[in-house]
Amino acid sequence: MAFLEISDLRKRFGSLEILKGINLSLDKGGFLVLVGPSGCGKSTLLNSIAGLEPITSGDIRIDGRRVADLHPSKRDIAMVFQSYALYPNMTVEGNISFGMEMRKIPLAERKAAIERVSKVLQIGHLLDRKPGQLSGGQRQRVAMGRALVRDPKLFLFDEPLSNLDAKLRVDMRTEIKRLHDTTGTSMVYVTHDQVEAMTLATKIAVMRDGEVQQFGIPSEIYNNPTTIFVADFMGSPAMNLLPARVENTGGSVSVVLARADGDELRLAVGEEKGKLLLRGPTPNLIVGIRPEALTDPAGADRHAKNVVEAECQIEVVEPAGSDTFAVTRLAGKDVVARLRGDALVHAGQKTFLAFNMDKAVFFDPATERRIA
Amino acid sequence: MTVLDMDVSDAKRMARMRVINRIVIYGLLGIFAVLYLMPLFVMLVTSFKTMDEIQGGNMLALPRSPTLDAWVKAWGQACVGLTCNGISGYFWNSIKMVVPAVAVSTVLGALNGYVLTKWRFRGHTLVFGLMLFACFIPFQSVLLPMATILGNITRFGITLRSTFGTSFGLGDPTANLAFVHVVYGLGFTTLFFRNYYAAFPDELIKAAQMDGAGFFQIFWRIMVPNSLPIIVVTVIYQFTNIWNDYLFASAYAGTGDAMPMTVALNNVVNTSTGVVEYNVNMAAAMIAALPTLIIYVVAGRYFVRGLMAGAVKG
Repeated sequence: MAFLEISDLRKRFGSLEILKGINLSLDKGGFLVLVGPSGCGKSTLLNSIAGLEPITSGDIRIDGRRVADLHPSKRDIAMVFQSYALYPNMTVEGNISFGMEMRKIPLAERKAAIERVSKVLQIGHLLDRKPGQLSGGQRQRVAMGRALVRDPKLFLFDEPLSNLDAKLRVDMRTEIKRLHDTTGTSMVYVTHDQVEAMTLATKIAVMRDGEVQQFGIPSEIYNNPTTIFVADFMGSPAMNLLPARVENTGGSVSVVLARADGDELRLAVGEEKGKLLLRGPTPNLIVGIRPEALTDPAGADRHAKNVVEAECQIEVVEPAGSDTFAVTRLAGKDVVARLRGDALVHAGQKTFLAFNMDKAVFFDPATERRIA
Repeated sequence: MTVLDMDVSDAKRMARMRVINRIVIYGLLGIFAVLYLMPLFVMLVTSFKTMDEIQGGNMLALPRSPTLDAWVKAWGQACVGLTCNGISGYFWNSIKMVVPAVAVSTVLGALNGYVLTKWRFRGHTLVFGLMLFACFIPFQSVLLPMATILGNITRFGITLRSTFGTSFGLGDPTANLAFVHVVYGLGFTTLFFRNYYAAFPDELIKAAQMDGAGFFQIFWRIMVPNSLPIIVVTVIYQFTNIWNDYLFASAYAGTGDAMPMTVALNNVVNTSTGVVEYNVNMAAAMIAALPTLIIYVVAGRYFVRGLMAGAVKG
């Protein structure tokens, strides 16, 4: 049985259903990231696990124990809040020890615990300060210290990095990952940032409108999205999603995309996927190609079995140092290709691009679900 | 005339206008400040004069030989009605009534604000609306119903006394008055604290809940220590209102030894035997005004800060 089990969790405010039957599970020591756009219910789900919001129906188990009816402090969990929620009237030490004080842990033990945690997070020199005298990153550390000192079974993080500036955010992200590796505690982490989700998670749940769209390990979410929403949400720049038509010409199956000049671009798909597409419900579908699967021929994946090269008109070039992003137009949409950093392309030029069709995914436009 | 010349003369005219504006503004401010301070000045100088000097001299003149006699007399010998023991006893009556009334109404207001913002229940807006409505009830309309309630409390106190030998303070005029002020002040204190706590981050409460703190632990350990500005505002507001109240004081404790300062002062001034001792009256009035003055001076700088808090975040 999994360490954290959420089964058929529902939450309703009047007639409005905010969580529509959530099923998730996490193994001991795992890192579950709930990701989705704002209003998708991810924070509500986290608060439900924490016990800060009552649930309408369903069950939550932590380490085999039902916690749905328990007070937050009795669930053996700790939480790091988005605003850090440090008590402004107490020193750092007071903040960290408050929970232990409430649970009547003897002073000597409290001191030892504070020392242990402040060593891990390197906040020993801050213990006498008030939260108002700390920088954003230091507050973040103290908030983590307050959670860590309880030695909980489960850590909850509610968008902990969203108040930090870009550089600090990357540093703290590494810090959290290191914390997870060293303590081995199970964690549940809410974010709307798909990069955070990919880098931190051992399991990702992509949420939308109170439902889990897809639940799996990061590479699976990234490479095999089951819906258009997941494909579009994960990855930056976003996956190119292009309307196309399936054609079977002489045993080889290909998808046909309209070019800007009225011509057609024909992309042969492999045998396996071709069969699935022909069996699919509709000849009109959506092709998804990630920018890194659409590159200059010299930079293409040499192990890929189905690479189609085609000449494309480049409209915009965005050099980003490590990569160069080139925008072309296909099927009435802007298509982003990710070329090598030193690829020689110019706006307005025609150049060959390599479509790695191994990595392409295909969706039914009506149901928005994956066909192949 | 060149363009440049015109610019220079324009700039000069602007500068002159600015100076004139300043003079007008500061002149007016000065005049009104003097006007407002005039009565206080007259009270102060008169209280340090002898009766001879008052009868013979200029009201605004400084005392020729300042003396504390009038203050001593007001405190210890002035006649309030028929007893001539000064106002000291009544001063302590007021203190004994104001301090508990302010303390209780502030604590209850804080609790109300805490519940109305952080432990919301069905109908919390209605309850708050009714509390707010209490702020607009005129004093006069409360007089008679409150008198009936106080009469019942007093009767209950008498029953208690005959059974247990003590009334537990029920029916004591000072306690009655404190009770009235607590009830009447609750609407205001609730309003102050509710608005302050509405801007208080909910996540702090959630964090404290996760830390295992209960309802009252969160209140005393998290809410109250972070409420200094609004506590100061409430204390100043309640203290001045209750201390200066005359209507409730005269209605429910208007006679006898229990009368508070405001009623006693009125009786000192209205005692109509012999010469009117202006210096004693002024000294008594100054003594009556002193506590509120001290409260403002000590806590005043928090007052404005507290009134602003909640209006703008941070």
